[in-house]
Amino acid sequence: MSTFKIQDCHKETIKGICNSFENNPGELISILHKIQSEFGYLPEDIQREVAKNLKISVAKVYGVVTFYSFFTMTPKGKHPISVCMGTACYVRGAEKIVDELKDQLKIKVGGVTADGKFSLDCLRCVGACGLAPVVLIGEKVYGRVEASQVREILDSYVD
Amino acid sequence: MAQYKMHLLVCAGTGCRASQSEEIIVNLNAELKKQGLQYDAQVVATGCFGFCEKGPIVKILPDNTFYTQVKPEDCAEIISEHILKGRRVNRLLYEDPETRKHIEDSKHMGFYQKQLRIALRNCGFIDPENIDEYIARDGYAALGKILAEMTQSQAIDEIKKSGLRGRGGGGFPTGIKWEIASKNKADQKYVVCNADEGDPGAFMDRSILEGDPHSIIEAMAICGYCIGASKGLVYIRAEYPLAIKRLQVAIAQARDYGLLGGDIMGSGFSFDIELKYGAGAFVCGEETALIHSMEGHRGEPTVKPPFPAEKGYLGKPTNVNNVETFANVPVIFLKGASWFASIGTEKSKGTKVFALAGKINNVGLIEVPMGITLREVIFEIGGGIKDGKKFKAVQTGGPSGGCLTEKHLDTPIDFDNLIAAGSMMGSGGMIVMDEDDCMVSVAKFYLEFTVEESCGKCAPCRVGNKRLHEILEKICAGKGTEDDLSYLENLSKVIKDTSLCGLGQTSPNPVLSTLEHFYDEYLAHVKERICTAGRCKALKLYTIIADKCTGCTACIRACPVAAITGEKRQPHVIDVDKCIRCGACYDKCKFTAIHVQ
Repeated sequence: MSTFKIQDCHKETIKGICNSFENNPGELISILHKIQSEFGYLPEDIQREVAKNLKISVAKVYGVVTFYSFFTMTPKGKHPISVCMGTACYVRGAEKIVDELKDQLKIKVGGVTADGKFSLDCLRCVGACGLAPVVLIGEKVYGRVEASQVREILDSYVD
Repeated sequence: MAQYKMHLLVCAGTGCRASQSEEIIVNLNAELKKQGLQYDAQVVATGCFGFCEKGPIVKILPDNTFYTQVKPEDCAEIISEHILKGRRVNRLLYEDPETRKHIEDSKHMGFYQKQLRIALRNCGFIDPENIDEYIARDGYAALGKILAEMTQSQAIDEIKKSGLRGRGGGGFPTGIKWEIASKNKADQKYVVCNADEGDPGAFMDRSILEGDPHSIIEAMAICGYCIGASKGLVYIRAEYPLAIKRLQVAIAQARDYGLLGGDIMGSGFSFDIELKYGAGAFVCGEETALIHSMEGHRGEPTVKPPFPAEKGYLGKPTNVNNVETFANVPVIFLKGASWFASIGTEKSKGTKVFALAGKINNVGLIEVPMGITLREVIFEIGGGIKDGKKFKAVQTGGPSGGCLTEKHLDTPIDFDNLIAAGSMMGSGGMIVMDEDDCMVSVAKFYLEFTVEESCGKCAPCRVGNKRLHEILEKICAGKGTEDDLSYLENLSKVIKDTSLCGLGQTSPNPVLSTLEHFYDEYLAHVKERICTAGRCKALKLYTIIADKCTGCTACIRACPVAAITGEKRQPHVIDVDKCIRCGACYDKCKFTAIHVQ
């Protein structure tokens, strides 16, 4: 994984986003949401830049980033995979699906494949409990997934 | 407004959208046009019908026909047969699992017969992105009535009389909460709607926001009037993109109609709503943590008092209610507090929405009067246990709740009875488990969640839950001892007594309730090293049933550690000492010759 080096154009983007919230530290979470949707993740350099704009400490920004599970400091794969680990999916066998994905992709939960194609995460309830167990790849929802289908689903992502 | 003879209601909730309901809407519209019926029938994208098990759902009015598991390619037939010729498409009707008969009218479906939909009154009925449809269902009439006819204290009294209690988990009387906030004097007060639904397996708040966002806006405005607040905030999970979008649309429409903003309906009362996004932290369901999160901080709870009603968002008096609580408010004013109070039990009035899931035939979102029994919910509405298995337990209240068993099936469900039984109402998750579920694993599953979601501020919750989880892991791995069981119980009690907020005070409940009701199962894990449900990998014992084994060698080839031996066409044998209990042989065997204990 290459380390993120912040460029001047990135600084401009961050400044613009902070400005749109009037550099109000109370809006830190909204600001981080915006920046993450822009950059895909929140590496250290970006956090420093946000802290500078809002005139708060980097520790404060880092504290918030690491507190909330929605924020991530590592980039996701091209096709981010999320397995629902809500209780309904759990009792209908989501654990087996996670094990199968870990085996097939040879990564841990939270990891990214070496080629950056897939990343694997668990999430809490997408609310499609009628389709349990549920796997999300990008925006696409796969319902009633069985471990034996995992290979086929992964193969359908060619690029 | 155009007049249509028929309406085709298509569920556009998250569950049904995941199984192509958007394509169905497109196809239905295209077919109507193709067959020249676009002025006779209208397709409406609605919120959730609740019957997620059989989605996508298409319901046709006025005859209440309820089509299930509709596919985009079925649309042409629905239009040409049902709409044009008036003949139902039988193969798409819901089939009663017992009588095997097709049910034409949804009113006769077991799933709906015992339900009473108050909070969900408009879900699956109106187009949530059209304010006119909400208004046509008496929307904003309650707000108008209060602004024109009632004083603040009269309105608060009405809520108090109704007996409405908070639906987010705590069950605190809503009217009293409003009264406290109204009495605190300040230049600015806030109304907050807690839409940070984090309980895994519960999705009622999302369904209400997706299916009936205006009811929340109206209720928040009513609350604003009652407590003297001009600002409302909805704290919503960023993981709910559809709910966020529908809420934004609804807020913009309400502003356009003058139902939000300055001088609403010429009453002099001003109120507006803003969205604040959560970022995935279960603890933010706790109101002080939620408020800190809205202020841009880590969502850590603080000691109460001061309560948010005294010192909340930005230090101002703040009233926090959950989505479902708000959804009940407008109806109380329209139909009267005494009507609402006539439903339910002595201390729990009205209805409760439950997300019914797990090993049950009819997974979905249901709303039932308080006081209904678990048996009615599971076996009548839920249609019983999946695949004819045996009922084992039902988990209510999510990670803060507990497991209830067979002996609780006839207990009337309300706030107090559930607590007395060692569980709680929580936000309304209801997960049904069958004989294949290991209760130790279930407790472990919830603790895993708590460990991950504990904010770490206080030691009992941060360290204690971690220890609980480690012991449960040890037991599931076949390394537990009998001493561990009493240690689990003691530690659980300490965590409950000493934690700072609701999360830690309730997090050991899944352990305590399973220990109480399934002590034998725990004992089997630590003494005989057996997982009776066969779920704990390390405790499984695989053997080959000689009579069934054809000697095909498939299992020998599947075994990664060469623990299986035997000649071709002769029964094979598993070497128990070599076996790593991976289950590969079990999955591979076509003749069900592998026995798991």
